[in-house]
This record gives sequence, structure tokens and C-alpha cells, in this order.
Amino acid sequence: MTTVAPLAPAPGAPTTIGQVPATLEQAFLLSRYQLRDYLRSRRFVLMMSIVAVIGAILTFVLSYFHTSDTVQGLTASSNAFYGSFWAGGVGVVIIFSGIIFGGDAIAGEFQNKTGYFLMGLPIRRASVYVGKFLAALAASIVAVLFYLAILIANGAFYLGSDALPFSLGESFAIALLYLLALLGAVFLFSSMFKNSLYAVLVVAVLFLFGFSIIQALITSLVKIEPWFIITYAQNVISYPFLSTLPAHMTTTTGPRGLRTTTYNPTYLEGFAIMAGYFLLTAVAGLFFFEREEFT
Amino acid sequence: MTPSLEAVGLTKRFGSFTALDHLNLRLDGAKCVGFLGPNGAGKTTALKMFTDLIFPSEGEAFINGISAQKDRKLALASCGDLIETPEIYPSLTPREALEMSGDLRGMRPEEIAARTEVVLEEVKMSEWVDQKVGRFSKGMKQRVNIAAALLSDPDVVILDEPSTGLDPRGVAEVRSIVQGLKKENRLIFMSSHILSEVVDVCDEVALIDHGKLLFYDSLSNVSKRLTSNATSVELAFLGPISDDTLASQVATVPGVSGVSRVNAQHARLIITGGAETQSQVLERLAAAKLGLVSFEPSQSALEELYLQEISKGEG
Repeated sequence: MTTVAPLAPAPGAPTTIGQVPATLEQAFLLSRYQLRDYLRSRRFVLMMSIVAVIGAILTFVLSYFHTSDTVQGLTASSNAFYGSFWAGGVGVVIIFSGIIFGGDAIAGEFQNKTGYFLMGLPIRRASVYVGKFLAALAASIVAVLFYLAILIANGAFYLGSDALPFSLGESFAIALLYLLALLGAVFLFSSMFKNSLYAVLVVAVLFLFGFSIIQALITSLVKIEPWFIITYAQNVISYPFLSTLPAHMTTTTGPRGLRTTTYNPTYLEGFAIMAGYFLLTAVAGLFFFEREEFT
Repeated sequence: MTPSLEAVGLTKRFGSFTALDHLNLRLDGAKCVGFLGPNGAGKTTALKMFTDLIFPSEGEAFINGISAQKDRKLALASCGDLIETPEIYPSLTPREALEMSGDLRGMRPEEIAARTEVVLEEVKMSEWVDQKVGRFSKGMKQRVNIAAALLSDPDVVILDEPSTGLDPRGVAEVRSIVQGLKKENRLIFMSSHILSEVVDVCDEVALIDHGKLLFYDSLSNVSKRLTSNATSVELAFLGPISDDTLASQVATVPGVSGVSRVNAQHARLIITGGAETQSQVLERLAAAKLGLVSFEPSQSALEELYLQEISKGEG
């Protein structure tokens, strides 16, 4: 092999127009355009439609059965109302928005060839990853806020001045942390594939029922606390509405002496699981994306 | 500053397959260099390593002296590129796509606005500036991609088969755009497998096959190498012609220095000598009554050299 000495580095800045922004600034710039793309896309309409359908069913059920004892009980206090409808529903909204906005976020750059446009620019892969993450996060927050708005509208009708309790703010903050963790995991899976369909399928299967099944199996068969499963941490979203937190571990003896143990994460555990998932999956996802080639 | 591109021992292996084998190539100065080779020769692989889309197994690629592998951001800051046929986010308009490109390059809003007008005019997309890219044909998207590559008025432009997928009119227009890009202090490195495109547009040519650089020279030198003494002529016959006939009645004609079969009814001659010798060869072949139906000097000098070099590799 002939060795050729490289040309001397160009003195001074490039003569080309512009001074390339810092990595983080590029991430924010990219997220702005990516979010614009999301907000104009069919996937955004789909996500809003899913939330609207959930909200419509909820509104219909509340108004149709408002005289029943159950609904009367749920609308008796803001904690009961939001503890049921917010804490129960926002996890589903977050999972759907994670799948819809994040499932193919990285894989799609390879499959749809949009990555060839972006990566031809003077930009680090980290900026692309973070920029897309921020856009998916913002689009998901819009979906969560839409769900919250539907609930607050119903809450205002049934609860009056008690429609905006402080506990709702606390729970909303926890839901955002859960969203961060879930999107981190979704982006990790997305960066492991070059095919959007595979990425979305894996994410959908895992988050819609995969993790729940694994959690149930681990709890009942292995009989250990499933602290390493992200969906386990979701329970803490409902805690601000509870006057007494559930027991961390409950063992009941059923028919024929069959003992069943159920686990509930503590606040600390819930936060640690979510923060841990977010940090680890963000680092791992970026690691994969940095090494993926546009072949 | 003199624009430059350089590959130093650039190698890419996919498993046991070597797509690019220790490419050493230095392009220095304002000019247009064609990167020629048949499909699968390693052209796109090399260009992808220049733009850090794929990573070398060995070696390094430099843009203006800056390693694309060590600092892609700085290396690509002075480079506009178009690799394969990129897609732009479908809901964005050309104006927005170029705005994004300009923002990420750190251009000021007024610079982006002014350059957007210029480059979209250059690629004849001005009237589509506010239409969504998702509705565009492949050719229209490719024009927007070219506009994006030129937005920052880069000193180095890397184009990977820019006319791929375009209709004949689009091909001609892209060729004219690339010709228009040649200006003072700009280096254009364009891959192509269309020889006429390279002849029309480029000043120099690098030929690659099976991942290896076969030659790199100016087009004028390529012509000199071939036209000084030898001319290639394509022969077509009425019916199949045997190897024996080619050997005994064609190769023996004075002035013929080489014969090769193209297919059953076609052969290629190398005639050493000028036009007079060609005339004599034609007369002799006609007199031999071999069923000759055409006698046509073949291709450009570049095409001839291309075929010679590629066939050496196949041999």
C-alpha cells in the first residue's frame, strides 16, 4: 500500500457561508423542524384521534352512567376522579405516543433515506438523536395535554372548583418522567433496527402487552419484585391521588393454600426505575446510532 | 484556501468482501473530477466514507485537510454533498428544507433566504418553493437535494450519480447544473457510470473497478494516450462470424493491431495509424466479402480507456 501524507489542515475557518452551531444548538434546531414534520403528519392526526376516541368514550360513559353508584363514587372527589381516569389512562396515551412518534424515529432515517439528507450536513449523530428525541417528546406531550384537557373539562363539569387539585400537577410531573423513560427505551429499540416496521412492531408488542406478561410471570413464577421492568414503575403515577400508599409487598393465601404475592413500587423505586431507564437507554441508543452505517 | 479531497489508504470491507481496497487519491484545486466505474466498483462506498455515512475498515478521508472520520462536523462544514437519492421530510416544503439545512449549517436567516432564491432558481424549482416535498417526483426531489447541497456555496461538492432516476430532460438539466457549478475555487467530485456525462462536465477522471483505483488523469491526457496512435473501430457483420475468420482474415489485415469479439456478429478492432490506414483497412475488409455491414470508429477516448482498463481487471 502506498502511504500518502494527508494534506495540511485548512488554515482558518471554511470559506463556505455560515459558522456551524454547537452540537446542542443543532439538536434544538433539528427538533423544531422534526416537530413541524410530526405536527403536519398523519401520525399526529392518528395519535390525536386515539386520544379523542378515549376521551369521547370516557365522556359518554360518565354522562350515561352518572347516576350509578360507581360513577357517583368516582365523581365524588377530585382524587377519586383523577386517580381512576388520569392515572389509568395516561399510561396508555404515553405508550401509544411513544410507539407512534418514537417507534420508527431512528429506524425510519435509514429506511426512508431521510438520514442521507440529514447526515450529509455538518452535524454530529448525537445532535440528530437528541433532536429527534426532543421532537418526539414534544409531540407526545401535546397528546398527553390533549388527554388532560378532556379530563379537566369533564372534571370541571362533575367536580366544579375542585377540578384542578395539586395532586394532578404532581401526577402530571411523574407522568412526564415516565414518558421520558419510555421514549428513551423506544428510541433504543428504534436505533437497533434499520427497518421501521420491525422497530414499531417490537416496541408495540413490548409496551402494549409484552412487559405486562413478563411482569406477571416474574411475580407469580419467580416470585421476585419486577423492579427492572419499566411498566412496573408506571404505578406511581396514581400515588399522588391516594391517601395511603399501597403496601410494597402483599402476600395473600388463596384456595388450597396457594400463596400469591403482589408488588407495588415505592415512590423512590418508581423514580429510580424511570430515571435509570431513561439514562441507560439514552446512552445505549446513542451508542447504537453512532455505530450504525448508512449502507 | 485551495479546496481539496483526499483518500489515504481508504478501505472498506463487508465481511469477506472488499468493496474499496486501499484507495489513495488526492484531488487538489478548483476543478471537476469524474469518479467513474461500473456498478459495484466502489464509487458510492468511497463517497459515503468521505461524508462519514459509513466507516472505513482502514484509512481515512479528508475534506479540505480535515478528517471526516475524526471531525465530521468540521469536515462537512465546507462541503455540499448528495449521496444516493436522499429523502426530505415529506411535510416540509423546499423553502423549509433549505431553511433547516441552512440553520444547521449556521447560516444567518437573510443569507438562507437569499441563497434559497438563487439555488432553487439554479435547479429550476422556484415555482415549487412552497409546495410539500412529499408530493414531488423523484426528479424534483433530486433537484431540491442538489439545491440543498449548494445552499452554503461550498468549496467542495460531492455528487453521487446526481442524474440517477431522472428522465432524459432531467439528466440534461442536471448536467447543465453541474457545469454551472464549475467556478473559481470549487472542487467538484462526481461519481457516474455515464461516460458522456463525465466527458461533458469533468476536467479530470478517476477510474475505479473492484474497489481499486485504475487511473486518475486529466481528460486531455486520456485522449492523448489513446488517439496518438490507435483507433478503436466497431465492426458489425450480417451473420455470426467465426473466431477463425476473425483471426485469419481480419487480424491479418495490415494496420490492424488487435481484434476482439463483442458478440456473435460484432467485433472490435484496434487500428494503428491515421485515417488513411483506417480507409485501407475498410477497403480490405469489404473486399474480403465477410458480410460487413458497418465499420464505426467507437466511443470517446475515455470510453476506450474505460473499456480497456475494466477488461484488464476482468482478465
